Amino acid sequence: MDSVSVKNLDLNFGSVEVLKNLNLDVKKGEFIVLLGSSGCGKSTLLNCIAGLLDITEGQIFINGKNVTWDEPKDRGIGMVFQSYALYPQMSVEGNLSFGLKNAGLPKKEIEKRVAQTAKVLQIEPLLKRKPAALSGGQRQRVAIGRALVRDVEVFLFDEPLSNLDAQLRTELRVEIKRLHQKLNNTMIYVTHDQIEAMTLADRIAIMKEGVIQQLESPHTVYNYPTNKYVAGFIGSPAMNFLPGTIAQQQKTCFKFGDEVLDLSHYEFQGTTSEGQTAWLGIRPEQVVFGDDAKNLPVRLEVDVEVIEPMGADTLVWSRLAGQEFHFKVIGSCTLYVGEKIIIGFDPACASVFDMNTEQRL
Amino acid sequence: MPNSSLLNLDGPRGPKPRKTLSRKNIILYGTLIVVAIYYLIPLYVMIVTSLKGMPEIRLGHIFSPPIEVTFEPWVKAWAQACTGLNCDGLSRGFWNSVKITIPSVFISIAIASINGYALANWRFKGANLFFTILIFGAFIPYQIMIYPLVILLRDLGLYTKLPGLILIHTIFGMPILTLLFRNYFTTIPEELFKAARVDGAGFWGIYFRVMLPMSLPIFAVAIVLQVTGIWNDFLFGVIYTKPANYPMTVQLNNIVNSVQGVKEYNVNMAATLLTGLVPLAIYFISGKLFVRGIAAGAVKG
Repeated sequence: MDSVSVKNLDLNFGSVEVLKNLNLDVKKGEFIVLLGSSGCGKSTLLNCIAGLLDITEGQIFINGKNVTWDEPKDRGIGMVFQSYALYPQMSVEGNLSFGLKNAGLPKKEIEKRVAQTAKVLQIEPLLKRKPAALSGGQRQRVAIGRALVRDVEVFLFDEPLSNLDAQLRTELRVEIKRLHQKLNNTMIYVTHDQIEAMTLADRIAIMKEGVIQQLESPHTVYNYPTNKYVAGFIGSPAMNFLPGTIAQQQKTCFKFGDEVLDLSHYEFQGTTSEGQTAWLGIRPEQVVFGDDAKNLPVRLEVDVEVIEPMGADTLVWSRLAGQEFHFKVIGSCTLYVGEKIIIGFDPACASVFDMNTEQRL
Repeated sequence: MPNSSLLNLDGPRGPKPRKTLSRKNIILYGTLIVVAIYYLIPLYVMIVTSLKGMPEIRLGHIFSPPIEVTFEPWVKAWAQACTGLNCDGLSRGFWNSVKITIPSVFISIAIASINGYALANWRFKGANLFFTILIFGAFIPYQIMIYPLVILLRDLGLYTKLPGLILIHTIFGMPILTLLFRNYFTTIPEELFKAARVDGAGFWGIYFRVMLPMSLPIFAVAIVLQVTGIWNDFLFGVIYTKPANYPMTVQLNNIVNSVQGVKEYNVNMAATLLTGLVPLAIYFISGKLFVRGIAAGAVKG
């Protein structure tokens, strides 16, 4: 049975369509990440699932129950917000127990659950403090605790780590993953950070303009992006796109500038036609240079234009047939601006998109 | 790179010295002092006059301090000054004003804060229209509504009675107070409200347990505005009550403007100061909160 099911959901703000005929099925215990740039409707979708926004059309099921018209508290969800949203005048204990008191639970049960949650999140020493006396990481932990203490099936996270500094973000990210492995609850997590998405998700839903572009495992999304938007969005630094045409002589080839690349090992999803215009997408980390390039099907000579050392690896900017082209090399090799080097890659690992529809070929 | 041994180390170091008696400071403080004196002179005259006896006042030196300090005028103003046939001083008006101000302030703030909260957080259908109408009310001159309200109070059987005046003050406080509270509540992060909803708190639960404890500064502002406004009100007091129920301000007017007998300037000054004491005290007590609340709620929209 699906834990959360969104059926044909529409949401309009006045005449603006924010979500369009959206469908999403989340399995029990699954960790789903909604990923997209700001304004793509990912937080709106989460608010709809939580019941904080009235939807225009469609249905929402949680644990097989139609909750479309239910109040947030009756949906069996817990939610964590970006700004923590802790009640400032209550102690940590008060924050954790607020929902339980509202639900009218007996005092003993409340105490038990608060103690248990505090133990799981290691916030026991903080219970008597007010939120103002906590650091950012501690506050977010309390906010997670507030969702946890409700003992619900589904957790909703609305960019929970975006207000934290980089180091804390990494720490809490692992902690959330650990929590998920321990509790095995369904989690829906909204973020614009692709690292968070890749590391946490069982499946990633990449959204654009209120439509889910692709809903697949991180591996599939990274290696087989379904369209050019997804390909460009996932991966940092971004994928290179080379414009060209498909040529079908003895084998299928990709022509750009004066170069002809052999695509016979590439798994096409549909049919292609002679002279079809297309983008060839190659990830910077799929390009190698020097001796490593010797055995690869495609080898090209390029000029090094700009070098960006990043420690573990170095990003090199160059030009291929007039197009900007960047790739990653390991940080230990020394390159000079103006140097001519041989680079190589395997077109079978690349992605080809139709020029007009921008869909994967 | 110049070698540090070549640098002149005797030059300026540490904080830049500032002259206390610079031209800028003299102009700044000079202006402030002159303006302050200008505003304080009337108050000074009132205080010294209220402490003089009538013979001393007749000498005409209004700026000179009292030769013989007497508190007689204060006692007279409070307990013996006559308005018409009543000669029990301002004390009756004082207690009337207390009976008017406390319920008016309490009721108007209670209703307006709930209005503001509903408008800011619960965006019900027609909320914007409702808000526009309410704010429109703030721009209509009072005078237009005086006569219709007389009729309304008469039909309700409240005309000339204290509850009637309390109702009037509550109504007229509504637009500005609602605006004040709405603006304050919109500055409270929406996520807090959402979190409370997920936690199962309802309309009243969120208001009393989340919003109210966070809004003390704006309540202080509202209390200051309402206490001073209602206490200082003259127009509604004189129109909607009868002599037995006159608030302090109306009684003060009747004492000061009485045309019979000798003008007792010392008693008049004392009576005026007595009437002004309550709003003054409120300002001094809540000054800090007031400024903080104004900055947080009223300015940001």
